[in-house]
Formats: sequence, C-alpha cells, structure tokens
Amino acid sequence: MTPLLSVRDLCVGFGARPEDNQVLHSVSFDLEAGETLAIVGESGSGKSVTAMAVNRLVDFGGGAILGGSINFVEADGTVSNLAEAEEAALECIRGRQIGMIFQEPMTSLNPVLTIGTQIEEIFRIHHGMSRSQARAAACHALECVRIPDAERRLTYAPHQLSGGMLQRVMIAIALAANPRLLIADEPTTALDVTIQAQIVGLLTEMQRETGTGLIFITHDIGLVAGFANRVLVMREGVAVEQGALDAVLDNPQHAYTRHLLKAVPQFSDGKSVRSDMKRDQADLQDRALAVDGLTVRFPVRAGLLRHQTGNVHAVEGISFDLYRGETLGIMGESGSGKSTAARAILDLVKPTRGEIHTARTVRDGATRPVQAVFQNPNASLNPRLTVVQLLAEPLIAMGHKIDRKAHHRMGSLLDRVGLPSNSLQRYPHEFSGGQRQRLCIARSLMLSPSILVLDEAVSSLDVSVQAHVLDLLVDLQREFGLAYLFVTHDMAVVEKIAHRIAVIYAGTIVEIGRAADVLATPKHSYTRQLISAVPSIHRRQCEFPVDTRDVPSLVRPLGWEPQLAPWVSSGDDHRFRAEVSGDVS
Amino acid sequence: MTIIAILLVTAILAEFGLMPYDPLSQDRTARLQGPSAAHLFGTDLFGRDLLSRLMTGISQSLTVSFLAVGAAALAGTVMGLTAAWFGGLWDGTVMRVMDVLLAFPAILLALLIIAIFGPGGWTSILAIAIVYTPIFTRVVRGPALSLKHREFIDAARIFGSSRRYIMVWHLSLNLVAPLMVQVTLALAWALLTEAGLSFLGLGTQPPHASLGLMLADARNLMEIAPWLLLVPALALMLSVLGFNLLGDALRDLLDPRTRRTLA
Amino acid sequence: MHYPLKRLLVFPLVMFGVSVFVFIAIRMVPGDAITAMLGTESGLLTPAQREALRAYFGLDQNWIIQFWHWLTGVVQGDLGLSTTFGKPVLRVILTHFPLTLELAILSMLIALGIGLPAGIFAAMRKDSAADLAVRVIVMIGQSTPNFVVGLLLIFVLSVGFGILPQMGTFVPFSEDPLRNLGQMILPALTLGTAFAAAVIRISRSAMLDILCEDYIRTARSKGIPRRRVIWCHALPNALIPVVTLSGVEFGYLLGGAVLVEQIFALPGLGRVVLDAILQRDYALVQGSVLFIAFNFMVINLLVDLAYAALDPRIRLDSN
Repeated sequence: MTPLLSVRDLCVGFGARPEDNQVLHSVSFDLEAGETLAIVGESGSGKSVTAMAVNRLVDFGGGAILGGSINFVEADGTVSNLAEAEEAALECIRGRQIGMIFQEPMTSLNPVLTIGTQIEEIFRIHHGMSRSQARAAACHALECVRIPDAERRLTYAPHQLSGGMLQRVMIAIALAANPRLLIADEPTTALDVTIQAQIVGLLTEMQRETGTGLIFITHDIGLVAGFANRVLVMREGVAVEQGALDAVLDNPQHAYTRHLLKAVPQFSDGKSVRSDMKRDQADLQDRALAVDGLTVRFPVRAGLLRHQTGNVHAVEGISFDLYRGETLGIMGESGSGKSTAARAILDLVKPTRGEIHTARTVRDGATRPVQAVFQNPNASLNPRLTVVQLLAEPLIAMGHKIDRKAHHRMGSLLDRVGLPSNSLQRYPHEFSGGQRQRLCIARSLMLSPSILVLDEAVSSLDVSVQAHVLDLLVDLQREFGLAYLFVTHDMAVVEKIAHRIAVIYAGTIVEIGRAADVLATPKHSYTRQLISAVPSIHRRQCEFPVDTRDVPSLVRPLGWEPQLAPWVSSGDDHRFRAEVSGDVS
Repeated sequence: MTIIAILLVTAILAEFGLMPYDPLSQDRTARLQGPSAAHLFGTDLFGRDLLSRLMTGISQSLTVSFLAVGAAALAGTVMGLTAAWFGGLWDGTVMRVMDVLLAFPAILLALLIIAIFGPGGWTSILAIAIVYTPIFTRVVRGPALSLKHREFIDAARIFGSSRRYIMVWHLSLNLVAPLMVQVTLALAWALLTEAGLSFLGLGTQPPHASLGLMLADARNLMEIAPWLLLVPALALMLSVLGFNLLGDALRDLLDPRTRRTLA
Repeated sequence: MHYPLKRLLVFPLVMFGVSVFVFIAIRMVPGDAITAMLGTESGLLTPAQREALRAYFGLDQNWIIQFWHWLTGVVQGDLGLSTTFGKPVLRVILTHFPLTLELAILSMLIALGIGLPAGIFAAMRKDSAADLAVRVIVMIGQSTPNFVVGLLLIFVLSVGFGILPQMGTFVPFSEDPLRNLGQMILPALTLGTAFAAAVIRISRSAMLDILCEDYIRTARSKGIPRRRVIWCHALPNALIPVVTLSGVEFGYLLGGAVLVEQIFALPGLGRVVLDAILQRDYALVQGSVLFIAFNFMVINLLVDLAYAALDPRIRLDSN
C-alpha cells in the first residue's frame, strides 16, 4: 500500500540563488494515514522548512525546491507530486487536504478579522457553503475543539482570546475541511505546560476521531514520546535518524540523537534532584535572603478621571527564605506572578506590603547583594556597547574606577563562564545565544553578589546549550556559595538545579518544600496538575486530559483582601495550602 | 551618496568663493544668455552667471537646512527623552505642546513665525526648526518608551546605575539609528520648506541667491529663458532626492529585519 | 473608555492651546495693526482718531482681556472683523474655503486613485521591473516640491504645447462646473502627485510587511486563493497606515496649499492667511488659523474613527 505521504530526496534552498544556499539536503520519509510522525531538531535544523516544503508554503518565504519528490495520495486516490505541482492545484490541496498549525497562535490569526470569518471562509471556499451554513459549521468546529460559548466567540477578534484558546481556534481552522494530513509546526512551544498538555491531548484525540496523518514538529523530544508513532531527527538540514518511536528513544543509532537525548532535561518525578545542600547543616548566619509577606498590587484605573477602581493582585503574601549555596526554584505558569515577585526582590517594582531582608555579603562589601540574569540575553545586553563597557557598568554604577584590577576581574570572570579571552572588545551580536547568556552571568557576578535571581534564565536556549549553562550555574554556585532564586515554568529544568521548590499559582505560593518532596509527593492539586502535564521520554503513549479551565482573574475591587487558605504541613520542611473539596486555590 | 557629495563640494566651493563669476555682479551686456562655454548654465535677467548663483544658492539652502534640522533634532531629542523617562505631568505637558504645534500645517506655522520675526535667512532657520521639533520629539519618545522597558535597562537599574548613565549610554546610544534616519529625511523636507519660503519671498532676500528665490525669479521668464527655471528646479530635485535616498539607505541598513539577513 | 472618545476629550484642550499660541504669536508681530491697515494714510490720523480706532478694534485693552473677548466670541461663532476685507472673519473664511476644500478633495482622489493600486501592484511584484519603475517614480515624486511640479507643469504646457492654463478670475464649481474643473485640474494634479508618491510608498511597504506576517501564511495554508489572500486578508491591514497618511495630508491640504495657490493664482484659504499675516490682520489670522487647526483636528478624529472601523484591536480596547 502506498503511504499517504512519501517524501524522497527533498532539497530546498533559499534566496536569489537557492543552489548556493541550500538548507535541506535529501530528506526522505513516509507517513501512513492515521500515523503520527514527529520531526525533532534544534533551531536551524531545517525541521520547519521540511514541513513548509510539503505544502509548498516555502515558496512564499523565498525558498525553492531544488530536487526530490513529495508524493501525496489525494482523497480520490490519485497520487500527485507536490514538488512539481502548479500553484492553482496547490490551492485546492492546502486547507482542504493538508491542514497546518503554527507556533505563534497570537500572530497566526489575522488581527482585523473575527474568528468566525476566518473559520467560515474555509467552509465557503472548499465546500461551497452558504453564509449561514458556514456559520453553523464554524460554530460546530469551535465546539469540537472544546471552546465554550462557541456562538459568541465567533464574533470575537483574535486579541480577545488567550494564547491557548487561539491555538484551539487554529486547530479548528486546520481541521475544518477534514484534511488527510495535518502539519503542526511547534504548536505548543509558545504555551504554558498545562495548556501544552491540553493542546496535545486535543490534537491526538481529534486525530483518532478523523484518522488524519499528523506531522508534529518540535524541539522537545520528550514531548513527542507521549504520542508519536515514528520519529525523525534532523540536524543542519539532514535527517540523521528515523524510525519507530521506541527504537529511536531506547536504542539511538546516531551520535547526535544520543547527544540530544542526553541533553534534554528529563523530568523524573524528583528522582534526580540535587543533594549537595543540606538545610539542617546550615545555621542562621548563612541565611542570604528572607522574604516575608511580600505583596505586590497594581492599580486598575478606569473612567474619565482615571480613578482607581481596583487592584491587580499580582503577588499576594509570599514568604520564604534562602540560604547560601541553596537554590529555590519558583515554579509557575505565565501570569502566575512569579516574575513580579522576582522583580520586587530586585527592587524593580515597589512591594505594596511585606519585607525583604538580604544579608550583606562579607566579601568585597558589595552594596548590591542581589543581581539578576533574565530570560532573553538579546534584550538584556545593550547591543551598542562592547563587552568591556557592559562589564564595566556595574563597577561604574558603584563608583569604582576601571583600572587594571577591574580589567583583570573582567578577564577572569569571562574565563570562568567559558568565554574566549579576546571577547572584551566585541559586541553582543557577535556571540551566540548561549554565549550571550554566559556574558550576562559574568556581568551579574561583577559585583560579587550573594544572591542571583535567574528569571527563566535558560528558557530561551536550545536544549544542548541549556544543559551546559545549567552545569555552569551549578559550578558557580559551589565556587562562590551563591544563593539562587530560579524562576521558571520548566519542571525538568527546576528538577536539575533546585534544592527547594515553591509553586506559585495566581499570585500565592500554594506549595513549598524540598525539591524531592514536592516533585515526588505533590500535595496541592495544582502542583499535581503541573507535574502530570510535564512531557517526558519515559511517558510513552499516555493520555493527556483535556481540561478547559481558565486561570482566575487577578483583578479585584478596591479594598479587597484575600483570604489565604491555611498552610498544611506535610512532613519536614514541606507544606501546602489547604484546599476546599479539590478546588484549585 | 554621490549626489550628497557633489552637493557638499559645491557648497564648500561656494563658501570659499571658488566660482566662475561673482554671483552678484551684473553684466548688462550678457543678459538672459542661454547656456554656453562662458556661462555653463547661461545668465539671468541682470546678466549674472547662473552657475555661480546656483552654487551660492545650494550653499545657502544647505546651511539653512542643516542648522534648522540640527536645532530641531537637538531640541526634539532632549524633550522626547525626558518626556519618555520622567513620564507623568512633564510628559503630558510636552506632548500636548507638541500636539498644538502639530495641529498647524507646516508651512503655515513657518509663515506665522516669519511674520513675527521678519523675513530672512535666520528666521527661516528658526521657523523650520520649530516646525520639525515636534516630529523629532515623537521620533525619540516612541522608541525611548519601549527601550525603557527593555531588560538591559532593568539590568542597569539592578546595578544601581545613575539616571544620567542610563539615559546617555542605554537610551541615547540606541536612539542614534532612528534619529539619523529621521535627520536625513528631515533635511530633505527642510530643503523643500526653505525653497518654498524663499519662493514666497519670505526666506533668503535678494540680491542673494537661493534655490527658491531663483525659481521665483524665473517664473515670469520661463518662455524666454527656460534654463532659468529648469536648472534650479533640477538642482533642488536632485538635492532632495539625494537626502531621501540616503535616508532610505540608512533605514534599510539599520532595520533589524534587514540587518538580521545581513548578519 | 473608547479610543475615539478619548481623542474627542483632548480636542478642546488642544484647540485652546492652539488659540493661545496663535493669539500670543500674532501679538509678537512688530508694528501695530492700525498702521498696517491704513498704510500711508495712517500718518494723517490725529492721536485721538488713532485712539478711537484702537478702542474700536479693542486694541487698547490688555492682552488677557482681549483674549477673553475674542475667545467668548469664538465660542459664539463670532471670529471678529477682518480689517483688510472689512467683513466678518467667518464670512471671509467661508467664501474662500470651498475652493480649498475642492482642491483638497480632488488631490486626494488623484493620490488615492493612482497611489493605492500602484503601491499594491508594486508590492505584489516585488523586485520586478515594474516594481523598480514604481519605486524610481516614487522617489522622484517625493523629491520634487509641489511648487516645482506646478511650475514645470505650466512650463511644459505653455512652452511645449502653447496652451496657457486657464487662469484669470476663479469660477466656483456651482456656477460653471466645466470651467471650474478646467481651472482646478492643474493645481490638483500638482498637489496630487507628491501625495500619490507618498501613498504608493506607504501602501507598498505596508503591503510588503504584511505579506510576511504569520497570518498571511496561515491564510495560504488554508488554501485561500491568491487574490482573496491579498484583498481580504492583507489589504484591510495595509489600509491602516494609508488612512493615517491620507488623513494627515488631507488635513494639511485643508489648511491651504499656499505655494500652489500662489502659482496658479487661486484665491484659496492659504493665500488668505498669507495675506492676512503680511497685512497684520489680527482677527483674520487668528480666525483662519483657528479654523484650519480645527479642520485638521476634525480630520484626525475622522481618521481615528476609520481606524476603529478597520482595526478591532482599537475598537474594542476599552482601556
């Protein structure tokens, strides 16, 4: 039997002379109907280009197919080679027989058209439906992807929906014409873990119902373990390895696949937490940071005179302490208030209430004991300054002279974070993403701080780079006795680096304790939900529950004081907020 | 680029008096002559050499434009930067004043200012500068506001960098690129405005030469002496074109999207 | 609060600012109005007569009181008396405004009629010969001052074809539409070309940007025909900057195209203001400048409303 899709020796190039700028080299793969193929690779591996070449969207991005064939079995049984198809023929295949979902749901929908218009047009173009028929069909499509209140949502513009909702709309659009093949290009990368689990659950469920072939492109090899039948690993435009899921994961043949599998932080329910720090051995002298009842609220203003009508309760009564050489992982999803809490500790936003005590460091008498490394190394380095100027800034700010000693310190720190010594006169854009993040780390250490706030510091890096930066952070912590406040949404990363973990939901800590305890025996239902959503290589072919709950609004009227649920202790140094009949928070 | 270079050379030559003839000296015997070897672009109604007048004219127009745009860029940058950084009342005041200035068509505002101070070269500089200040203020304030929330500013605040250090090293340095683009484009517009004002007799005063003035003089003679009209018209077009092209090239060069493909 | 509504509230504030600015500016003009009005005859006035005149025009009071009188008048629709025309300012403005309005509308029609299709066409055939040609024409069009275009047009017509454009006394549209259009077509073309160049440039670059957007890729992945992608998905987004530009340009045109009116000897609003400034006709300058600024802001408001119609992000943004 001929497979649904058969790609042979596909070569794609970009630019005015595509032969000279070839990004895809002889990629071949097959996909049966109803099967899921995962294409895995790091950024620049050509995995997206492969996907876009299949439905020839690559033509619009300045690419050209240089050779090979893409044989696709159409609904009527005829086989057509998409690599040589005319644009007019392709228009009949795209949408109707091949659907596609993209990475960024926020920008993938036309901002000036309503959701309804964008779904209806598929029905009208491909099925020749009338306006009212199309409307009913669109409504049904939204219901299929579990969007509540579908009738009303059809009249919404994209910016009125959350990212997760929009991705569901995208799925509805892609599946509207009942395609034989669905291509999903990193559909969950921009989303939170729990939302990711929902989207994946939805996709696999829809696929089971419709028997669609699915190509799922991702950088996260752990994610596809849950549902793919076959895996294709790509690197620099070459398919280095492919085969059945279990074969590739358990018995990788190619060195790069092995490297990738090793580098991916794998979540193992708290079995691989660090054990190099024991709280009971530390005394109060070693306490680097104590936060007590931290509360941050932002005013909500409305009306003609912009009077305050309420508050956004971003952070509500957060308390914890942090010892030298210890890492506290702050876990939470977007909008949970974890970054706001970090910013308050960094003195970037004014807390409404609560106290933050930092112990002065003994060494060098630095006056700024808390320093930070942010998520995006591109944005946190001024692109117009050289490395010398960047590293000198903290010293200048503290009134130090930039003398031989200062230069010596810069040199040794650069060396310490693993950057070449000739970096000093270079500009940030001359470095790779991982190197830039190392630069940020070096800069944050210039003032010999005692506490480092790492706000999603490794989230924007490719997995293999991520692993190296994490190793560096652990080494630096041991060497300088640094205390880390590691803010992240990534369970697997936090398991690698944290000694203790605090889970934040809707502005409050719902569970806090030793990393091993929290991850292995989560007590709060939200923590459990988070953990169950984490993809992992060890979780094969599992069910992802489809849950449509939304995060509660944090906007409250003036004078509203939250009633925080009481703490419940669960053994030594592990407590969580009590819950009323399983309801979250 | 070439056009700009030729313009600048012409202007500098004119400043140092390196011209074939004195642009002001009249020669009654050689009135309204067509282009010839002696007078490359011919002569005008008073027998003055057109090439020499053109050279001083370009020099005059460029001087006015450069000074005016320079002043506007400086004022606009200071206002835009402080407005963005301090926000609140100061931001509101500055931006409302700029709104008021922007509510006038440019040429009208220039006319009003010239009416106050009397026509002349310096007044045109002032008029053009005031017309362009709000534009520069906006050009600076927008990016400055978005830069203010960039992470490297946060990083600087965590180090405890002073406000002045942040403004100079982080904000201004990153605003140079959009400013340069705006300056070149504004130069093109300033040339146009200056020519327009002179054309109305409100800029450079006769007997001195400026492109607008030469056009005004040529207007009634276009049927007898078309070169009088065509030469300065072409010179003006080319100058403006030069700055527009330069501005576009700069914009392409500095656009992060195009730069990414280069890098 | 709805965005256009917010703009509406800023409106009176800026209008007030404009009136203060104009009032102060015009009083900084050296020389006094009486001399300017009567010219050499003013030398014949006795001091007493001069005082009487000053009192008649309210010039003997202090600035703040003058301003207050003027402002209360403005609110009641009384812009004062023009010294040069000897007529109420409002009537002077309203007799000259139709010409300016007609000119502005004609130029905009020309600009959008040529500019939009050309811009979209060029964007769709990026880097083709046609695109290159359009870009060169745009560059030249943008670099040529209006009055130079006007002069060259007259030059080509009169020298090249021996036709003199119909000048002489201006005929309003209502009296003789054909003759009126004959008079207006050249100035409108003059103003329209530079305007069109700007429209082409903006619509081309907006279209190019939008064709790279993710949602256009989505539309293509849905198998939507090329024409529909352009017209239904790209164009509404590309229109937003074009609307902004057209609004600003139209607003400026309503302020009178001083230079072009001068060249074509048209009695539009621009020339009224120019003459009023030169003649120090306080009331007329104040009145007409205020009128122009008012128009400009009304246009801006309309642009905002057009935005809201085009872009749901603004329409529904309640904060």
